[in-house]
Amino acid sequence: MLWLLFFLVTAIHAELCQPDAKNAFKVRLSIKTALGDKAYVWDANEEYLFKAMIAFSMRKVPNRGTTDISHVLVCNVTQRVSFWFVVTDPSKNHTLPADEIQLAVRMNRNRINNAFSLNDQTLEFLKIPSTLAPPTDPSVPIWIIIFGVIFCIVIVAITLLVLSGIWQRRRKNKGPSEVDDVEDKCENTITIENGISSDSMDMKGWHINDTFMTEDERLTPL
Amino acid sequence: MRLAIKKRPGVCGAGHPQAEPGQDGAPGGRAPKQTCGRRGGKPARELGAMEKARPLWANPLQFVFACISYAVGLGNVWRFPYLCQMYGGGSFLVPYLIMLVVEGMPLLYLELAVGQRMRQGSIGAWRSISPYLSGVGVASVVVSFFLSMYYNVINAWAFWYLFHSFQDPLPWSHCPLNSNHTGYDEECELASSTQYFWYRKTLNISPSIQESGSVQWEPALCLVLAWLAVYLCILRGTASTGKVVYFTASLPYCVLIIYLVRGLTLHGATNGLAYMFTPKMEQLANPKAWINAATQIFFSLGLGFGSLIAFASYNEPSSNCQRHAVVVSLINSATSIFASVVTFSIYGFKATFNYESCLNKVILLLTNAFDLEDGFLTASNLEQVKGYLASTYPSQYNEVFPQIKNCSLEAELDTAVQGTGLAFIVYTEAIKNMEVSQLWSVLYFFMLLMLGIGSMLGNTAAILTPLTDSKAISRRLPKEAISGLLCLVSCVIGMVFTTEAGNYWFDIFNDYAATLSLLLIVLVEIGAVCYVYGLRRFASDLQAMTGRPLNWYWKVMWAGVSPLIIISLLLFYLSDYILTGTLRYQAWDASQGQLVTKDYPTYALVVIGLLVASSTMCIPLVALAAFILRCLKRGGGTTSEV
Repeated sequence: MLWLLFFLVTAIHAELCQPDAKNAFKVRLSIKTALGDKAYVWDANEEYLFKAMIAFSMRKVPNRGTTDISHVLVCNVTQRVSFWFVVTDPSKNHTLPADEIQLAVRMNRNRINNAFSLNDQTLEFLKIPSTLAPPTDPSVPIWIIIFGVIFCIVIVAITLLVLSGIWQRRRKNKGPSEVDDVEDKCENTITIENGISSDSMDMKGWHINDTFMTEDERLTPL
Repeated sequence: MRLAIKKRPGVCGAGHPQAEPGQDGAPGGRAPKQTCGRRGGKPARELGAMEKARPLWANPLQFVFACISYAVGLGNVWRFPYLCQMYGGGSFLVPYLIMLVVEGMPLLYLELAVGQRMRQGSIGAWRSISPYLSGVGVASVVVSFFLSMYYNVINAWAFWYLFHSFQDPLPWSHCPLNSNHTGYDEECELASSTQYFWYRKTLNISPSIQESGSVQWEPALCLVLAWLAVYLCILRGTASTGKVVYFTASLPYCVLIIYLVRGLTLHGATNGLAYMFTPKMEQLANPKAWINAATQIFFSLGLGFGSLIAFASYNEPSSNCQRHAVVVSLINSATSIFASVVTFSIYGFKATFNYESCLNKVILLLTNAFDLEDGFLTASNLEQVKGYLASTYPSQYNEVFPQIKNCSLEAELDTAVQGTGLAFIVYTEAIKNMEVSQLWSVLYFFMLLMLGIGSMLGNTAAILTPLTDSKAISRRLPKEAISGLLCLVSCVIGMVFTTEAGNYWFDIFNDYAATLSLLLIVLVEIGAVCYVYGLRRFASDLQAMTGRPLNWYWKVMWAGVSPLIIISLLLFYLSDYILTGTLRYQAWDASQGQLVTKDYPTYALVVIGLLVASSTMCIPLVALAAFILRCLKRGGGTTSEV
């Protein structure tokens, strides 16, 4: 009799927990990828912990405070490691709706991850999307701060250079007026050659025929 | 900052010391002259009175650094590696070096010699050779103006990326979340995070050139900063430029060396290097390889803009410009090769990283689909297991098969990119995967900035030197005001490139503003020196100026070989434009997350035509104007005599 009951229970369980059953979720773990050498083996104890974490999460859902470990059914464990799980109601006849399970898992995802030393990518609940971390936006974008610093430095440097240029020019304008008085004592004549003021011919090079340059002022056309 | 004004011994044996550092071209009053009691057949002005009209480089090193800083620019980093990859890797060096010796060095020497000889900016220099040819100088100034307008936008982008490099994690390393935080932004998922950051966050690019959108304030701010930085460097003319070029010429090399060491130690760098340097000898027979080598040498040295003439005009007449020309061109080419070693080690790293990620994705896919043990599938047994699975579970395998990507290292390495795509997308992708990526990012964009500003100094010198040489302008405005005005005007016009369609206009300017015009300008330059001024006369001028006779090699190159190469390049470009028919451009499609090809609208074609015409037409138009003026003067002269 007892054996019959046992078989009945496992048969019902088998029906409730099946791949692609109603309200069933697939879980996939990549322990070796996450932990490398420190990877632990997935055995019955780890499974027990998983069931406990799911039961714990379900207890946080309103009206499901009485969920027990025995209500969580796990099946089809593969080498991957992956398996399917369902959560049944206290009568063990029906599975709880997928929405509630999704809500429970999403609320406590961090706790479940930490229990296994995994993260969202290595402990996957297929069909339960994980909430992505919001970006940390500082109040003032960092680039504007650096831009402001460099901008101010450049403006200050330009102002300094321009001002020093103006001061130098003012000093120079005062200067030649004194030099000129001295120079007047020498023969400060402007040499005129061929009617072309030497002033208008600029020194451009050693051998350029400068009269070519100033042909506009040539008196005698060729 | 004290200029070193060289004193010349005067006719009377006494120098004419200058009162203080002079400004060029804007003497406050008439410079006092000492005639020493004799009216001169040899004018006393040779006594250094007019020396203060032209400032000089404080030492020849500044001049060389200025030329290097100008010639070594972004093209060395982002164009040469691409060409190397496209045209046979190691074997591309053969046409490249040949063209350097046959085309690059002679043309560079010519420009430096002209500048040093005529001691004026481009307009004055060509007017000295012949008044009909000052159009060449004007064309150079126009092309330089176009170039400076769009080139500084690259510096703006470099600033933008530099400022964003101070964040952890780097903003282009991950995709932003979409509006309801359930996944990543759609455009970012389709493209990659680096492409998304470039096209969406930096450019905010519109789908086509017709939709011009509004000015984006962030790149606009960076553009203003870029122009302010350039203004700061050119403010005082050669005095300030001479100091700045020490940094802009040397710092990029420091960064390149650091990157070389880092790049060579990256995992997978050797893949890239092996791929690049494996010579594909059959490419030597490809005429495109030779044409691209010639083009690259030509544009990389920055010939025809007038910057080299401007820089050389501030030289001592006796300085050895032949040696300078050889040194600068060799350093420029060596830098290109050096930069491509760095680039290819980075490429190799990126390609290996992507290849291994691709493999890992395939492994994960198969592991999940067949519930294999975690860690069982590795890169080495992947093929075996795939075969086993295909035979054992055929139906399941066929379901999964479409999603399995064929990961290939060669395909990753084959993605040849050039231009802004290389600098801002590919490099950033590699950098985000390095450790301490912020440091590498800052170094890299700082180097880009130095390269860009160094080239901008040359460009602005090409425009400012003729302006400050001209009496009409320099008498009314001080040098600082002229530079400021130029920077302001260029900045305002450059705002076009910060609109949403700005990158498309940038591509137009980049592809068409300088290419054809420069070839024509340099061709006319060579013709002017060799045939209008006279090669023999120029050679004797140079000998008198520098004290060394002109080597026959240069004469042969100037008179024959280099013009032939330029003519063939011109013919090739023209035929290429004509045969291609309508011009096309690459537009970013946000819905697909990739570039699509579109046709230019009519007004864009008109702009392209105007760009090319406005610089090339200067040459004949100014020649015509000079001719008309001469006729008028002659007519006026004869009538007044009568």
